[in-house]
Amino acid sequence: MKTVEMERNPKILAFLCNWCSYAGADLAGIGRMQYPPNIRVVRVPCSGRVNPYFIIKALQRGWDGVLVSGCHPGDCHYISGNLVARRRFAVLKDLLEYLGIEPGRVNFSWVSAAEGEKFANVVNDVVDKVKALGPAERLVKV
Amino acid sequence: MGNVENSMREIAQELLSEGKVDVIVGYGQGTLPLRTTPCFINKAEDVPKLVWNASCDANLSRYLVGREDKVGVVAKGCDARAILVCTVEKQILRENVVIIGVPCPGVIDKKKVEAKLDGKEALDAIIEDEEIKVKGEEFEYVLPIEDFTCDSCLTCRHRNPPIYDVLVGEKAPEAPDADEFAEVSSLESRSAEERWAHFEEELSKCIRCYACRNVCPLCYCKECFVDQTMPAWFGKTNRLSDTMIYHIVRAFHVAGRCVDCGACSRACPMDINLRQLVKKTEKIVRERFNYEAGISLEEVPPLGEFKMQDAQEFIR
Repeated sequence: MKTVEMERNPKILAFLCNWCSYAGADLAGIGRMQYPPNIRVVRVPCSGRVNPYFIIKALQRGWDGVLVSGCHPGDCHYISGNLVARRRFAVLKDLLEYLGIEPGRVNFSWVSAAEGEKFANVVNDVVDKVKALGPAERLVKV
Repeated sequence: MGNVENSMREIAQELLSEGKVDVIVGYGQGTLPLRTTPCFINKAEDVPKLVWNASCDANLSRYLVGREDKVGVVAKGCDARAILVCTVEKQILRENVVIIGVPCPGVIDKKKVEAKLDGKEALDAIIEDEEIKVKGEEFEYVLPIEDFTCDSCLTCRHRNPPIYDVLVGEKAPEAPDADEFAEVSSLESRSAEERWAHFEEELSKCIRCYACRNVCPLCYCKECFVDQTMPAWFGKTNRLSDTMIYHIVRAFHVAGRCVDCGACSRACPMDINLRQLVKKTEKIVRERFNYEAGISLEEVPPLGEFKMQDAQEFIR
């Protein structure tokens, strides 16, 4: 039953940076590009604002996937927020995968304010990946 | 060992009587066999309380953070590296610390000895250069030290402190080229399902006593994330999800800082192999950022800086 529901409805939490990816998502909307309605957006000032706690907490709360998206390297509104975040995410992602969390659960992307189409593609891909994985079980606090 | 102990005491005596330090932090005889205890010596006449042998396993760097007096500290290779990390992180003032470096051939893992005794109680233990003599009621074992050495010591590449003010004894030969990441690599070669099952089993033993955190020389946060209540990030229960998250986040927090002293594994009352988790973060940082913690005072910690060309194969 849960899988059927999942096929229709995986829940993905997306942290989008205010300056690029959020605007990119907006552009996707303005351009009427189609992407699945499975993401719930949290607007953050910068991808550097995304504490690893947010990601882990989302997994614990039963979100089926997490997407973190920020400005391309060099384009950060705060000069280097995304670059510091990149190192942090690299360690976190490797560590979670080492523990056995499926690689597709936690996703990262750079989407600029002009890349509405890329945003739609990223969401499509993430949703496909998460659907293929099925409902999150590992780390979920039931 | 005896010589090292004597010259350590001489150095401590000199430092205290010349007023170069206010206190010596070293090892004292514990009350149980194979146990030593951290020992704080303020007066020169107490110096004979200092001991040095293969059961001196505590990482004394732990006791330097937050001290404002001048401290002389006995430091093995890993302890000195922890002091170095804390100094880089501005938790210890280098000029306030006199590091009495001791080359260390490795410390005894008491859990391995306990496993050998199989429930029998050791009443006395004598540590010699190559062997441990453990005596109890109606038994006496002579155990070769190398079979009872702590796992992290077996592959240690920094037996000599990378930083010290005085060195006691002669430099120890570095360990043979054992693969320090062997355990991590063997886990990596298994499937995600197997790894998850493995860590589930391992971490379900955890009773959330926080001994690993309290003994860690680098867990010096005034308020640990698990103790925070506003907001309460993660639950305090010992349900598997909460426990695993505690260990994931702790491992993440020591990424690029851990010096693999093995204190967490030794402190764990449930015998959880914490090293195989924390060692992974060391491997990630080594491979991605080519950084090893506790070697240089000048290098910026890897998660405190960035490079434009950092790998980003995982980012779309």
